[in-house]
Amino acid sequence: MHIPYSGRHYTDIVAGAAALALDGLTVVYPGSSEPALRTVSLSVPAGVRAALVGANGSGKSTLLKAVAGLLRPQAGTIRIYGRPVGACHHRVAYLPQRGEVDWRFPVTVARLVLAGRYVHLGWLRRPRADDRRRVAAVLEQLGLSDLAHRQISQLSGGQQQRALLARALVQEADLLLLDEPLSAVDAASRQIIARALDGLRHQGKTALVATHHLDRLDEEFDLVFTLDEGVLQRSYRPLPGREAGNLLSISSSQ
Amino acid sequence: MIDWLLEPFRFSFMQTGLAAAVLVGITCAVLGAYVVLRRMAFIGDALAHTVLPGLVVAYLGGWSLFGGAIVAGLLTALGIGWVSRRGLVREDTAIGVLFTAMFALGILLMSRVNSFRDLSHILFGNILGVRPSDLWLIGAIAAGVLLTLFLLHKELELTSYDPTYAEVIGLKADRLRFLLLILLALTVVTCIQVVGVILTSALLVTPAAAAALLTNRLPQMMVLAALIAVASALVGLYASYYADVASGAAIVLTCTACFGFAWAIHAVRTRRTLA
Repeated sequence: MHIPYSGRHYTDIVAGAAALALDGLTVVYPGSSEPALRTVSLSVPAGVRAALVGANGSGKSTLLKAVAGLLRPQAGTIRIYGRPVGACHHRVAYLPQRGEVDWRFPVTVARLVLAGRYVHLGWLRRPRADDRRRVAAVLEQLGLSDLAHRQISQLSGGQQQRALLARALVQEADLLLLDEPLSAVDAASRQIIARALDGLRHQGKTALVATHHLDRLDEEFDLVFTLDEGVLQRSYRPLPGREAGNLLSISSSQ
Repeated sequence: MIDWLLEPFRFSFMQTGLAAAVLVGITCAVLGAYVVLRRMAFIGDALAHTVLPGLVVAYLGGWSLFGGAIVAGLLTALGIGWVSRRGLVREDTAIGVLFTAMFALGILLMSRVNSFRDLSHILFGNILGVRPSDLWLIGAIAAGVLLTLFLLHKELELTSYDPTYAEVIGLKADRLRFLLLILLALTVVTCIQVVGVILTSALLVTPAAAAALLTNRLPQMMVLAALIAVASALVGLYASYYADVASGAAIVLTCTACFGFAWAIHAVRTRRTLA
């Protein structure tokens, strides 16, 4: 049985392609008649921080899951740096909602974050000193160094969220898909997470963030997409003067 | 005292029994960590029961009992994997239906056999009846299962606590689960020799559950569970030699006692941290 699981096989990106381009994306959950996403088309240029906003059930998580390769679209295409989903797992990091993780499982914070390096290792290869160094650096950045050897259920909600973000960061992906990184998070964690997201822009990384927090949307994001019942309602750039990239082609059709 | 301890192992059947119990105990305990943490205890029990018709058919046909059990176990593992993919019936319901049916089929076939005595060994285990040729197969399976768990440790661990993230980096969580089911089927077959069909899930679940109360690191949990299983196997063998009781039952009850002890340690520790 042939089971590819990344290792060192990088796929080149298509020059000049957007970090993420969706065209007519429609997703229907198995057993459901109503699509969770209807013909959504959008484009996120490389190096941009984009927010995905909308009520619960509006399709934010569904969109992220489809891009992450967790859901198969019924129709439409997804291009990540010009390549189809799954062409290069290294380039896409995903931060799941906290409920997806079994927090009682006996692993430490450091070990959970180390899993962010697995995509670079692949089968049979063990993490090396270099991987552990990167993990330590990210733990430091997110204020988790002192908690590195705690079992993951011993963290607060905000600390757990930071641990998940640390795992996404240590993967050193180009496109980060973050599902509600700020939900149920204390003020201190929120500040640390916001600073880390800000840092991504300086590294030329692209982030697509599903969020409920609308208060500082305009300061924290270059591009905002609004979803309502699976339909892309609106997309805008909060600060038009900001350098956001080369192309911004947004369309939504029913 | 030393003589008392060494005396039973002057007999070759006791030596073979000890080797089998230790190998099976370690394999069950280490794999059992995943069984406990992934809440697969019911599947483990079901696998042990569905092996029965395979054993009986092999017995009737005069084939290798081991072979019959492995075929039945693998078919069940495949069946469970297939059923749980469809999502038509809830997985535990499907397993409940299938495993009782298979077990009933086994009993039906057994009732046509005159010699019930041989088959009671299948139900309750007969560790002292393990032949040296069985021991080779048990050893091969133990080595294969433990080596697989060692080589795929990081993948099995990740898919256990966060299958979603595993999928995103290209690890197929359901294929690893399938692999785990196959390992489970092979392990259960060796386990039946030691404690029988009915008590097999105890050897899978109890040592790992006891270890889970004592540590919150997966590798430590596996080592502790293996130690508990080996100690229980020894105690069980001595009990059956000196007190003439059923070895399988003695092994399982020793595991249970270890679990009770671990529970007490856990309770004391929790109280101390609260105080």
